[in-house]
Amino acid sequence: MSSVVTIVGYGLREALRRKVFAVVLVLTAGFLTLYWLANHYIFKDISGISPPGGIEPRPFAGAFVFGLAMFATLFLGVVLAVFLTLGAVRGDAERGLLQPLIVRPVGRSTLLLARWLGAIAVCTPYVLAVYLSAMLITGLTGDWWPDNIVVPALELAGGVAIVAALSLLGSVFLSSTANGIAIFMVFGAGLVAGLLGEIGHALSSHTLEHAAKVAAWAVPFEALYQDALREITANTTGLTGFLLQLGPFGGANTGGPAVRLWAIAYLALVGVVAAYGFSRKDL
Amino acid sequence: MTPAISARALEKRYGSTTALGGVDLHVGEGELVGLLGPNGAGKSTLVKIACGLVRPTRGRAEICGAKAGSLEARRRIGYLAELFRFPGWYSADELLGLHQRLAGSDGGADERTELLDLVGLADARDRRVEAMSKGMQQRLGIAQALVGEPSLLLLDEPTSALDPVGRRTVRLLLEELRRRGISVLLNSHLLSEIELVCDRVVILLRGEVVSEGSPAELSRPRGIEIETDQGTTLYEGGREDVPRLVDELVRAGRQVYGVRVLTSTLEDTYLEAVGGETS
Repeated sequence: MSSVVTIVGYGLREALRRKVFAVVLVLTAGFLTLYWLANHYIFKDISGISPPGGIEPRPFAGAFVFGLAMFATLFLGVVLAVFLTLGAVRGDAERGLLQPLIVRPVGRSTLLLARWLGAIAVCTPYVLAVYLSAMLITGLTGDWWPDNIVVPALELAGGVAIVAALSLLGSVFLSSTANGIAIFMVFGAGLVAGLLGEIGHALSSHTLEHAAKVAAWAVPFEALYQDALREITANTTGLTGFLLQLGPFGGANTGGPAVRLWAIAYLALVGVVAAYGFSRKDL
Repeated sequence: MTPAISARALEKRYGSTTALGGVDLHVGEGELVGLLGPNGAGKSTLVKIACGLVRPTRGRAEICGAKAGSLEARRRIGYLAELFRFPGWYSADELLGLHQRLAGSDGGADERTELLDLVGLADARDRRVEAMSKGMQQRLGIAQALVGEPSLLLLDEPTSALDPVGRRTVRLLLEELRRRGISVLLNSHLLSEIELVCDRVVILLRGEVVSEGSPAELSRPRGIEIETDQGTTLYEGGREDVPRLVDELVRAGRQVYGVRVLTSTLEDTYLEAVGGETS
């Protein structure tokens, strides 16, 4: 246990030194400022808008813009998670940083677990903080609040934890640059698949919907994100609810408890594969 | 007595390349063994297998009776890699503290002070790694390898970045370690250094042991050089032939001013063993 704590501290200190946190904090401050401006202008004149019958402008605008904030939150969380983990194995080994640590009586799987815990110890509070900040901005500016608050926040944090695990898995086999590119491509592919699912839903294309579902299960951070989007408007009904589901930030072709359970199993599976790959790796 | 390293028929292949082709290696308790060979001979691979960084394709290696790479084996070793880097933002003291925690050492500040003293870095305790010269980092690396009082020290080119004074410091340190009964496997290209400190030398070539023995066993007689009033002459023979040769010369009326028994250096033996091979 003390080894885990030591390596968690080592990883965090490394991130602090490389100014990862500083960069992410600047990006976050920029995003939240712009997000507040967007909310301010969107809700300033909302009472004067008369949309077609059945659409309630405030929930529609609130859920739409908050969905956008959730996308940004996920993205920023993923950036943080990837930069904390992308060079944890091969990258550090190539630089000669890993060898002095790995010859110590610390299991390789312990090292991986500690690096993942270190990453999520930072990413989870970060994602929750940005999510709550965005929610407060929309709630206080536009007087709109999500139907569910806690579950979407946890699902976003879970999505980032999965990306951190995938990044650690990638770091066992790929150099830092290749791993970073690969993880962001997987992340992008997952989001595109989600959008295609929305389009498929609007066009009643079962093929597109099916493809999106497969993609969401293959990379469950996308499924968790979609489910989080569904949760924030879970009680919104009528035409407003229907239009929100069409997206692009409405989502939820895949969702519910099955996705959450699968995400946990997926995380364990990624951990096992990473630990196995690392145990067989010559350094 | 359990040997510090016991490797039998050790093989390592990287794809179609054979790095080690069935090496047997034995390092006794408190023994200081030098590993020599040209680049690509398999020295670093052998050291990496011993410390668990690389898995052998075939064969078995044991460290103090435990399988190489196991947690038990790693508790007994200290290792300094050929190409290593420490995080630049750590001070010397913090780095040793980190390794104490990972090694489970309860030596505390006393152990850190002793180790920094031992490698001549007592004054650099609070200096950050990034502010140290390469030589200082290498000495810090040796101190790091000694954290937790290992039974076996695996040093891969530990003096490559050191100046003559730094090398002497390391040589004295190795002699001190031998006095303490710590076994050392020293991989180095510096033949003179190995000749000076090692109990035994193992020469590797293309993944195989081609020569092995103490520096004295590996040296061969090259004749006797005798200086007389008629100049210097080289005679065939060894140390045991000196009295007879001097007696003959004196009887023949020569004035003998000096006698030198010539033996091959480790460098001669090494060059003979590797056939001048380099890469």
